[in-house]
Amino acid sequence: MAELIARPPCQGLLPLEIGTTTLSETDAGVLTSIMPFKGQEAALSEALIAAHGMAMPAANRTTGRAGIRAIWFGRGQVLLIGPSPHEALAWYAALTDQSDAWAVVRLEGAGAVDVLARLLPIDLRATQFKRGHTARTELMHMMASITRVGDQAFQIMVFRSMATTLVHDLKTAMEGVAARR
Amino acid sequence: MRITCPFCGERDRREFYYQGAAVALERPVADAGEEAWDAYVHLRDNPAGVTKDLWYHESGCSSWIVVTRNTVTHEILDCTLACDTKSEVSI
Ligand SMILES: [Zn+2]
Repeated sequence: MAELIARPPCQGLLPLEIGTTTLSETDAGVLTSIMPFKGQEAALSEALIAAHGMAMPAANRTTGRAGIRAIWFGRGQVLLIGPSPHEALAWYAALTDQSDAWAVVRLEGAGAVDVLARLLPIDLRATQFKRGHTARTELMHMMASITRVGDQAFQIMVFRSMATTLVHDLKTAMEGVAARR
Repeated sequence: MRITCPFCGERDRREFYYQGAAVALERPVADAGEEAWDAYVHLRDNPAGVTKDLWYHESGCSSWIVVTRNTVTHEILDCTLACDTKSEVSI
């Protein structure tokens, strides 16, 4: 058997520090999409509370905390980030391992909102998009998931195959914001 | 142009894929006859005014949305989930 070496999606590209923002790769652990069976949403939420200590999030919201989080991931879909899913969840939902399918990065700093304003068509100001809020949207034509994980920190996810493009676009926007300060 | 997704809220048009007239919601029954099926497959209205389209929230939540809009004024009048609308249509 060949020995396969795990390689993070943004290896060799991150971290970056430009102006007042930093961009780093997040080792998110296990990623599992949870798609509840018809009529099982409430039972699934109870099972998620019992197994992982957090309820199923409403649309555009997250539950949990750093290291163990459930984020709304689209219509009828939630992404469990961190732990391996408890087997009881499979009674109420279709579970799919997505661990190696996504690039997960963290953009942090005073200019983070200004950087993202150059790339995303949604309002991410703190009054509109608070900690615990999440959105599915597009980042320069890439399908993306954006979550505010701190007062000046965002988690950004795109398909793993687009990791290099993601870093390039974020780096360009970070340089643009830094140049205007 | 901005479309209000029932899940995601008001979003820019660029997040959506345009499928076309919402005829898929009015599929004829199997034995409806040649004329009904010919109209369903080939004939489309081209209204100057209110029309119904299907849009896909492609880079958002992946919902199919029935958008009622005015082709003259570009006003968006209504946005509903296609899955809800479809369940009301008897097939
Ligand atoms: Zn949506």
